[in-house]
Amino acid sequence: MNGAHDLGGKHGFGTIDTSQEVNFAHDWEASVFKLTLACGMLGKWNIDESRFAREDTDPAHYLNSSYYEHWLDGLERLLVEKGLLTEAELRDRKAADRTDLQAVGADQVPAILAAGGPTQLVTDKAPRFESGQRVVVLADQPRSHTRAPGYVKGRTGTVVQHYGAHIFADEHARSAKKEAEYLYSVEFDATELWGESTDEATGLVRVDLFEPYLRAADAIG
Amino acid sequence: MSDKPLPHHSAPLGALEQRVRSLESLLIEKGLVDPQALDLLVDTYETKVGPRNGASVVARAWTDAEYRARLLEDATSAILEQGYRGRQGEHMVCVENTPQIHNMVVCTLCSCYPWPVLGLPPNWYKSSEYRARAVSEPRAVLAEFGVELDPDVQVRVWDSTAEIRYMVLPMRPPGSEHMDATQLAELVSRDSMIGVAVPQMETKA
Repeated sequence: MNGAHDLGGKHGFGTIDTSQEVNFAHDWEASVFKLTLACGMLGKWNIDESRFAREDTDPAHYLNSSYYEHWLDGLERLLVEKGLLTEAELRDRKAADRTDLQAVGADQVPAILAAGGPTQLVTDKAPRFESGQRVVVLADQPRSHTRAPGYVKGRTGTVVQHYGAHIFADEHARSAKKEAEYLYSVEFDATELWGESTDEATGLVRVDLFEPYLRAADAIG
Repeated sequence: MSDKPLPHHSAPLGALEQRVRSLESLLIEKGLVDPQALDLLVDTYETKVGPRNGASVVARAWTDAEYRARLLEDATSAILEQGYRGRQGEHMVCVENTPQIHNMVVCTLCSCYPWPVLGLPPNWYKSSEYRARAVSEPRAVLAEFGVELDPDVQVRVWDSTAEIRYMVLPMRPPGSEHMDATQLAELVSRDSMIGVAVPQMETKA
């Protein structure tokens, strides 16, 4: 989806405020952080589903709420969607019963953090693009989760890095299926993205794009 | 940086505190989370995982040419050599600043950031202001951070839109030739590994 989270290149945002140097400005932010990680470790949803749950909201609310409010909204939504809490439990703040799931214990946490969630996959498919090739980003506007930012859609760039095949984020968010798609770093000239009149015409932007987002620049359609 | 952005119109603090407190008790009562695991998660990212990790990687790369080559070739493995790995650093790429190229990292779609080497992202990295502006006016953003690059230097912005996590290998500051890796690590700020600062001999941001 191309919601308010898709911020690259948008105008109207002011000076960057660097004054807050703590991880958590309030205790509740630390609580949202730890609850989100601990609930995620139950394995009932993946990181792309989490990202979609945070971004799939009213644009005005997204821009007017803080970072950990996005996390809190997303966490509550996933807990209900995945059946870990009922809407009544969430509303009344009262557990109707205990879960059959086993909470992740402190003894398991270090190994889970150390393992992380690698996304690289092995596939028999051959990559469609090679380094140095010119590619165009498709103009598709899926309503579901996607990792192609709006500012590169329809733009032409050059493949500069091959990262192998990874879990395709769009499908992972939709169905939790781990489909292998090649991932490339694609380089765009600043003028291709922002026009010849940009104040910063000499810059380059490199964006990580999955193969289904791209077509060869010399291909028709 | 004298102009403060407009305050966000978030939900009132008391309401949020109450909402989160009751969610936490509900999840504990339900048996979905373990209070000791919760404490450990916060402690890990408050006290153990942070930008000193990345600074040790940079300092080693500045003093060990073979390590530097491995870091630029396969950053995930080279960073693991220093003991850092895991969540949000599964697939690392290290990009090198040179006299010709200045690298800078952003995540325009959310807040992707290399946790094992830099810790949790600073507030500004997650802000709408940085995410909107870093790709379209990186030099203006750098100027706000106090970095003025020569006009001939090419600015290369990396938008981490997938699961690759980037860290910048900044240039070793002139005059630091006599320093060992431990001393050099003190010169390496978090911001210099995001690409919005340049290590200096006298100051440590």
